[in-house]
Amino acid sequence: MIPTQFDYVAPATVDDAVRELADAGDDGKVIAGGQSLLPVLRMRLAAPAKVIDIGRIPELRGIRDDGDAIVIGAMTTHYEVQRDPLVREHALLIATATDTVADPQVRHRGTFGGSIAHADPAGDLLAPALAMDAVMVVAGMDGRRSVPASEFFVDYFTTSMNPAELLVEVRVPKYTGWHAHYEKFHRVAQSWSMVGVAAMVRTDGGTIAEARIGLTNMAAVPVRARAVEQALVGQAATAENIKAAAEHAANGTSPASDGNADGEYRSHLARVLTGRALSAAIG
Amino acid sequence: MTATAEPEVGKARLRKEDARLITGRTRWTDNITLPGMLHLAVLRSPMAHARIVSIDTSAARDMPGVVAVLTATDLDPDGEIGMPCAWPITPDMRHPRRPVLAATEVNFAGEGVAVVAARSAAEAEDALEHIEVEYEDLPVVLDMEAALAEGAPLVHEDLGTNRSALWVFDSGEAGTGGDVEQAISDAEVKLTRRFRQQRLIPAFMEPRSTVVDPTGPQLTVWSSTQIPHILRVMTAMTLGVPEHKLRVVAPDVGGGFGGKIAVLPEEMMAALVARKLGKPVKWTESRSDAMLTAHHGRDQIQDITISATRDGMVTGLKVDLLADMGAYLGLVGPGVPLLGAFMFNAIYKIPAYRFACTNVFTNKTLTDAYRGAGRPEATFAIERMMDELAAELGMDPLELREKNWIRHDEFPFTTVAGLTYDSGNYEAATERAKQLFDYDGLRREQQARRASNDPVQLGIGISTYTEMCGLAPSRVLGSLAYGAGGWESASIRMLPTGKVEVVTGSSAHGQGHETAWSQIVADQLGVPFEDIEVLHGDTQFSPKGMDTYGSRSLAVGGTALVLAARRVLDKAKPVAAHMLECSVDDMEFTGGKFTVQGTDQSVGIQDVALAVFAAHDLPDGYEASLDSDATFDPENFSYPHGTHLCATEVDTETGRVSIRSYVCVDDVGKVVNPLIVEGQIHGGLAQGIAQALYEEAVHDESGTLTTGTFADYYLPSAADMPTFVTDRTETPSTTNPLGVKGVGEAGTIASTPAVVNSVIDAVRHMGVDDIEMPCSPMRVWQAIQGGAR
Repeated sequence: MIPTQFDYVAPATVDDAVRELADAGDDGKVIAGGQSLLPVLRMRLAAPAKVIDIGRIPELRGIRDDGDAIVIGAMTTHYEVQRDPLVREHALLIATATDTVADPQVRHRGTFGGSIAHADPAGDLLAPALAMDAVMVVAGMDGRRSVPASEFFVDYFTTSMNPAELLVEVRVPKYTGWHAHYEKFHRVAQSWSMVGVAAMVRTDGGTIAEARIGLTNMAAVPVRARAVEQALVGQAATAENIKAAAEHAANGTSPASDGNADGEYRSHLARVLTGRALSAAIG
Repeated sequence: MTATAEPEVGKARLRKEDARLITGRTRWTDNITLPGMLHLAVLRSPMAHARIVSIDTSAARDMPGVVAVLTATDLDPDGEIGMPCAWPITPDMRHPRRPVLAATEVNFAGEGVAVVAARSAAEAEDALEHIEVEYEDLPVVLDMEAALAEGAPLVHEDLGTNRSALWVFDSGEAGTGGDVEQAISDAEVKLTRRFRQQRLIPAFMEPRSTVVDPTGPQLTVWSSTQIPHILRVMTAMTLGVPEHKLRVVAPDVGGGFGGKIAVLPEEMMAALVARKLGKPVKWTESRSDAMLTAHHGRDQIQDITISATRDGMVTGLKVDLLADMGAYLGLVGPGVPLLGAFMFNAIYKIPAYRFACTNVFTNKTLTDAYRGAGRPEATFAIERMMDELAAELGMDPLELREKNWIRHDEFPFTTVAGLTYDSGNYEAATERAKQLFDYDGLRREQQARRASNDPVQLGIGISTYTEMCGLAPSRVLGSLAYGAGGWESASIRMLPTGKVEVVTGSSAHGQGHETAWSQIVADQLGVPFEDIEVLHGDTQFSPKGMDTYGSRSLAVGGTALVLAARRVLDKAKPVAAHMLECSVDDMEFTGGKFTVQGTDQSVGIQDVALAVFAAHDLPDGYEASLDSDATFDPENFSYPHGTHLCATEVDTETGRVSIRSYVCVDDVGKVVNPLIVEGQIHGGLAQGIAQALYEEAVHDESGTLTTGTFADYYLPSAADMPTFVTDRTETPSTTNPLGVKGVGEAGTIASTPAVVNSVIDAVRHMGVDDIEMPCSPMRVWQAIQGGAR
């Protein structure tokens, strides 16, 4: 459980961090809260020559109001996200998903941006980011660019960032007044999601006006349950309508099988959990 | 000194050892650093079965900080050293040599192939990556039934079979009961079931570690072990180091659960390397290596047949086991199923019984003792069968049990397996558990939920267990061909200032001996709890001991303590009489004071200790010492029992099982420290529930362990556990003077069937009568789908 030797740098600015990344080429690795990278290093599943610690860059921390969006700095910890009033008010889905992440120790060290950039398909914050059309702001040697969530997650543990780019912040459009719930299904309290459903609806009177649903761990990347969203719009927010719509949750997915869940069971779970997430959201 | 008003035994004292154990500010083996010490790292086979074609260590030798890279050829050139197995269960048991490092063939993924000694742990680890091993694939056999099939690939070619041993007990032949085949063929009702005891990983908190110092007059071995005394004997026998030239120390040890009842190849390797290089060495494993290479537990296939009359009297029980030994035999691994052999009949008066166990080799990590060792497997099987039989007969499962169990007025009772249960009161424990659980109320709710087709169904699971523990009568162990006895030793030393040193041969690794032993001695000698220090785990000051396992420490080691304390008093009495100028016959001892009967003249034991130290004025011919030793060998086991009731809610839409309430009423006899008992029960329940619902060691088809981290081996935490409702009945054991019974394994033994019975009970009306453990959501959901079809 001892990593291979690596150089360690802790730049003070985003520009310096990007320069360090560019210098390292393919041999650099960014460490944020370390909750994913440290086990990987200790098990020698990765052996980067240089580890760039972005924990000392003040700009990367904190949550701010930016008009029609809230902006979450990449190094903001899960604990900070959980307790932030802006997130509760305008991005409730992220708040409820963050509540389910691991345990208090991990939530104090682990970061929102680290989780997004790590792109673990079982990670709980990817599906909310996708469902909310969050935008990732990444910095490279040529400046910054914005990547929508739908283009950010590419494959297992793979994003569309190139090796010399750094996730700086995530812009989350405001969904003030929307109902939201993240339904997580896992084996023990601290284990990863077998399936997770991030659901968010806007109601108008008793009718569902809009719905946004993201699924965790139903593919190599988070996916939207668009068939469910479409089936819900314009419907009365009743248990029967939710149940009927949720039947479409696994449409178009072909989830992987592992010892915990085969594809058939995962698809079944997606349907059941989508119904529950919607019911819990609407309350 | 005033007399102690309140006895120490029975007090819920906080544990005196906890502050240092919880903060880690203590001497764990890995905290020990010696001058010039080298660090060892082991290269392990990624293959489950392969011939070693070549090992090239030259590049690794050139790595920074590396002092030596050694293989089997260097450590044991003649291939003579084999790891010990202390339990040859049959005379013809096949016992392949397990080398310290593999020389020509690896037989499970994780077997050691080479060792690096370097100046730092990091350098040793780095160098491993530069050792080149060429392997030639051999066919892998992982499944026990496949391993026994004609023409199966052989784990050990030279044995000609994968069968290690067949051990049989038959009540007809033993004269303890009838002929089971007859009972079954005559039966009005018979049921056959196959249960699988999945493989479990002990997952102790502190990974294993050993430090060996070859400098000085003795070879000193520190190890994170449950068995320092046995390790000393076994190291002497395995390596040929004279026993008096060996000192073994188990400093504070962070848990074991049976996983540290082992003599490790790594311990032998460290000793060999230390002697070869003339320097102290340390080996500390990673969590990954602990998961992969520390012995696993359980892994049995159980074929059970039970026969009964229509009105619910059990007439026979037949058990056929396959037990997976893994690639080699562990220290007591072959005997683990035997510890269950006497427990399948449990608390029931079964007239005919037969048990047969076949131990099988496979290309997997070896198995050995794990909390309960054999008894959880047996208890699971019989308690599941009682539920299945009740369902078959249309009886309430508690009523069926009551019909068949030994009544409290029938003790002592000799069972069909030949054990004599000295005491018990199953009626009392069950009655109390039913009250606390609201058994009847929950049954009504269950009916209502079934009637309304509630997506969340309620199940009630029962386990009325007993177990044999307090290992053990040496004669019984001898009759089972176990390699050692089951006594325990204690020494008590009165220091000049009246303080007391207690030396116990039972080496704690989290059990709380320091507190409980102090309570016992405080009462026996009438000295304050705070004046007692309990020492253990170092053969230099504790040369005799049988160590800690099998819920034996209190029943056996605690009794040795009482006997030693009595001897201290016997030695103190003449001195006290001499000081008080009266006859020994006129003395009485209470509350730490010798008093002349009928007077207020007295002298305290601690003052006697000072007088003996000074020795200025002692009775003529008196040997100036109060120090006393005692060894206790019980005549029988202790038999804790209890009734566990578990209510689960099964979400039939997802298959998720949630424990709604868990009630256990245990009878562990007299209690020394209720807080420690409560802790043992809670931890035991968690471990048993974990087998029922969460944990399973899984290998893929190539023999690679795919559950080698806590990300995929589902060890539950407190967050996954319900609030336990615990209570006790107290039927003192008659097999030791304290009246105590072991409690270390009871929770684990009892809880697994209670949970699984509950899960099945919740969905039985949906056509489900079995679910393999762990009852994962997918398995439960699939069972419901299958039942519905």
